[in-house]
Amino acid sequence: MSDINEKKSDHYASMKRKQTIVNVIIYAILIFTAITMLVPFAWMILTSFKTVGESTQVDPFIIFPSRWRMDNFVTVIKTMSFPKLYWNTLLMIFLRVLCAVLTSTFAGYAFARLEFPGKNLMFSLVLLQMMVPVQIFVIPQYVMVSKLGWINTIWGLLFPGLVSAFGTFLLRQAYMSLPKDLEEAARLDGCNIPQTFIFVMAPLARSSMVALGIFTAVFAYKDLMWPIIVCPDTNSTTLASALAKMQGQFAVNYPQLMAAAFIACLPMIILYVIFQKQFIEGIATSGGKL
Amino acid sequence: MGKKVTPRQKSECLWGWIFILPTVIGLIVLNFIPIFQTVWQSFFKTGDFGKGNIFVGLKNYDKVFHDGEMWQSLINTLKYAIVEVPFSVVIALVLAVFLNRKMRGRDAFRTIFFLPMIAAPAAIAMVWRWLYNSEFGLLNHILGTHINWISDTKLAIYSIAIIGIWSVIGYNMVLFLAGLQEVPRDYYEAASIDGANGIQQFFSITVPLISPTIFFVLVTRVIASLQVFDLMYMIMSTNNPALKYTQSLVYLFYKYSFTQGNKGYGATVVVVLLLIIMIITAIQMIAQKKWVHYS
Repeated sequence: MSDINEKKSDHYASMKRKQTIVNVIIYAILIFTAITMLVPFAWMILTSFKTVGESTQVDPFIIFPSRWRMDNFVTVIKTMSFPKLYWNTLLMIFLRVLCAVLTSTFAGYAFARLEFPGKNLMFSLVLLQMMVPVQIFVIPQYVMVSKLGWINTIWGLLFPGLVSAFGTFLLRQAYMSLPKDLEEAARLDGCNIPQTFIFVMAPLARSSMVALGIFTAVFAYKDLMWPIIVCPDTNSTTLASALAKMQGQFAVNYPQLMAAAFIACLPMIILYVIFQKQFIEGIATSGGKL
Repeated sequence: MGKKVTPRQKSECLWGWIFILPTVIGLIVLNFIPIFQTVWQSFFKTGDFGKGNIFVGLKNYDKVFHDGEMWQSLINTLKYAIVEVPFSVVIALVLAVFLNRKMRGRDAFRTIFFLPMIAAPAAIAMVWRWLYNSEFGLLNHILGTHINWISDTKLAIYSIAIIGIWSVIGYNMVLFLAGLQEVPRDYYEAASIDGANGIQQFFSITVPLISPTIFFVLVTRVIASLQVFDLMYMIMSTNNPALKYTQSLVYLFYKYSFTQGNKGYGATVVVVLLLIIMIITAIQMIAQKKWVHYS
């Protein structure tokens, strides 16, 4: 009898030991991946404080700058007019988010909850836009922007983001998942369609609007090709495209390039650290709902 | 005949159209008409000095077929996709499974893995270019090598794919985490009572149950990776000997349309890209029937 018990506890102990080993391996993999994710950012920050001499010193290789100099940041800010770039980027993000959320909220509701002739045909426009690679729109959109005289203006940057097929799809899904009773109740209380939408339904889709807003903001911030094409002038363009321009200008002065990259990344990183939950969930729920 | 139109139906029709009108007008002007314009443009050649549009019929397509640069860039794009997609999907899936339980540091790991997603690709590419630097780069120093990561004609495209993997793992992982939350816990409990170990559980429970999510991530990643542009544009300077072996289809589209001003040929490249994406997506849609389980 005691023999069996001993065997059992032996077995239990070995299971437990095995579990601990597995856990250690899992943590080791996670920590290794985390380091891999962080090293490029750390190296960017460390390099941005170095002199060119320090950054190219190989024997001995140095990790930390001898002194935390601000020189690179000062030079880069002087040559790059970062306040203007920040402003352009911010304004473009703000306008794109506003347009996308506003138009998609209305259209999404109509596609989800109202019956009208032509609805399916019009919705196929939304699906078509999402199925086609975006580059197919670029040349004609560029031609339109240049005909309107919007090259090197904020309107040129905003242009492709005036409406959002993706947002319309996302908001339609959100409204479809809401219960029907609320609408019925509002209607019985005498609300007409715009009233029902604005006071009852739209507030309930708020979390999806926030998700769409974050999604739109992050992708507007990351966009590179459109600002390069439509705003080649370094003063009217966005942070991303100015960095691309700058890379040619500063050639191999990596500490200055890293300083510029750091300045360009910083606001988004700060926002991300503060609102990480909203960021991750906003992008995941939007990205996953296609 | 003729159903009576109630005031309610009238009102829905009116407001329905008012609500969708801005979006519909926008989509028609910004997207629907441009599709045809791009296809139309691909039958034209831009004249010398960027002046005039000369109708050339299918000549651009004929040229595409015999254009070595074009074929090479198709190969580059496919190489990039074949490396980036499987690695980023598999690594992300494994990480998501590791994080899909109560554990210390779960949120911290998730936040760190997702970090590359919110950085501008332009900045990321600059940083990686510096890490890859053959003389002074961190990577060669750590490995103790002297590899020309981004100027070796054979290696460069894979070096770029590594940046792509690094950038997108966190995004894929978060999508997988959302999918994993739908898998009922008792499945795993039942399996471990039956003596299935973690790896067996992964293949017999996790993968089949989240196969719709895996399929979704695969399809969207393939489409996105075939459109890769930012990394090539930022990493490869125009005098890099490996440029020819790394430029993607979208890079060529950009180069022809906006650097060389030949919008007709640029449009042709993008139409070809559209066809390739449609074919590959259709193949995936057919293949999914073999392995995706919808509950």
